[in-house]
Amino acid sequence: MSDGSFFQRDRDWQPAALTPQYKTSLKRSPTHALLSMDSSISERTGPTFNQNMLGELDNDLVLNYAKDGELPVGERIIVQGRVLDENARPVPGVLLEFWQANAGGRYRHKKDGYLAPLDPNFGGCGRTISAADGSYAFRSIKPGPYPWPNGVNDWRPSHIHFSLFGSGFAQRLITQMYFEGDPLIWKCPIVSMIPNKGGIEQLIARIDMNATMPMDAIAYRFDIVLRGRRSTMFENRLEGN
Amino acid sequence: MKPLDYLKESPSQTAGPYVHIGCTPNFCGIEGVFAEDLGSTMLNGQTKGERITVRGRVFDGTGTALKDAMVEIWQADAEGLYPSPQEKRGQADENFTGFGRCPVEQETGEFVFETIKPGTVPFNDGRPQASHITFWIVARGINIGLHTRLYFPDEDNSADPVLGRIELKKRVETLIAEKTGDAEYTFNVRLQGHNETVFFDI
Ligand SMILES: [Fe+2]
Repeated sequence: MSDGSFFQRDRDWQPAALTPQYKTSLKRSPTHALLSMDSSISERTGPTFNQNMLGELDNDLVLNYAKDGELPVGERIIVQGRVLDENARPVPGVLLEFWQANAGGRYRHKKDGYLAPLDPNFGGCGRTISAADGSYAFRSIKPGPYPWPNGVNDWRPSHIHFSLFGSGFAQRLITQMYFEGDPLIWKCPIVSMIPNKGGIEQLIARIDMNATMPMDAIAYRFDIVLRGRRSTMFENRLEGN
Repeated sequence: MKPLDYLKESPSQTAGPYVHIGCTPNFCGIEGVFAEDLGSTMLNGQTKGERITVRGRVFDGTGTALKDAMVEIWQADAEGLYPSPQEKRGQADENFTGFGRCPVEQETGEFVFETIKPGTVPFNDGRPQASHITFWIVARGINIGLHTRLYFPDEDNSADPVLGRIELKKRVETLIAEKTGDAEYTFNVRLQGHNETVFFDI
């Protein structure tokens, strides 16, 4: 267990703030250099979330909005994996929140006016907390791709949005998960802002036949890496190690 | 020599326009899944400290307030202790969460937090940091969440080690909230422009 400060974020691995192929970033990207600083206790600490805040169906998007014994339309999937840090250690107690479109690519949101219909049995939100070994899992419906106004013919590949809290606020992360084999991944302006192919591949979940439930749901494996902490063994022990 | 087996942090992706569905579903009309939206209440009747309201908006490079941003805050309690297992200096107020999350209002772009004024906490070298609230901002068009801080106009910020690192002294003002009421502070964040807020790589 280390309470040390965090490794500096590798900004060459992360997307830049200004990415002209994603037009909305033009007026929403800071132009000054970020002020780089070793994290202080304000960023090494962070909120913690307890299993007892979770409802029974929080990690089951197949059932958590379904009405009257009906089920949502679409391919039944299981997403599972581990939350690790940059030291390759599991991170327990991580609150993961997910949101996604339905099987037709439509979000349950008043800002979404796509032609594809809402599914009365699908809300599109879920959450869970990682276990002691960093593992997490949830069940859902495979989201459909959808068009969006950027270029005249831009489509998002099927994806699930993820939000994660580590043990320190500096680890806060929002990202997206894509699905192995989707040809739209390589045409997407939001994906292409990730500068390294290896970084893109980190966000592509792989089919996991061993975890797949026969005659029921296809499993995808998706591991997520949060920032790592320095070990402070020989440092001035301000907070201990 | 054996190579070090470090992993790379997963790349960030924008929160997009539908962040509410996952983070504050009740706010966008998805009711009955989570009992309440996370981070909507920081206090209860027993929380120690001076009650304050923190409000503000996030402006883009055209001077328009974002209508789809989500703002999160993290702060110490009134005694300067964080309610976190990483806090080794003492036990923070059990009636204070330290964490707030607010989707901006969809017409006005305003965020509002009902919280308490935080106590001071030490910097890594032991010097005190002035009272501050850590902010994290995400939205459509923001590719990686933005870290910044709110400082108070009625506190002595002159010796704060973080503000001291800001080279252009006039940019320090971008982190100091305005007192707009008895117990109310307004903190406007500007993503671009001549008074662009200082953001941290922290
Ligand atoms: Fe999306």
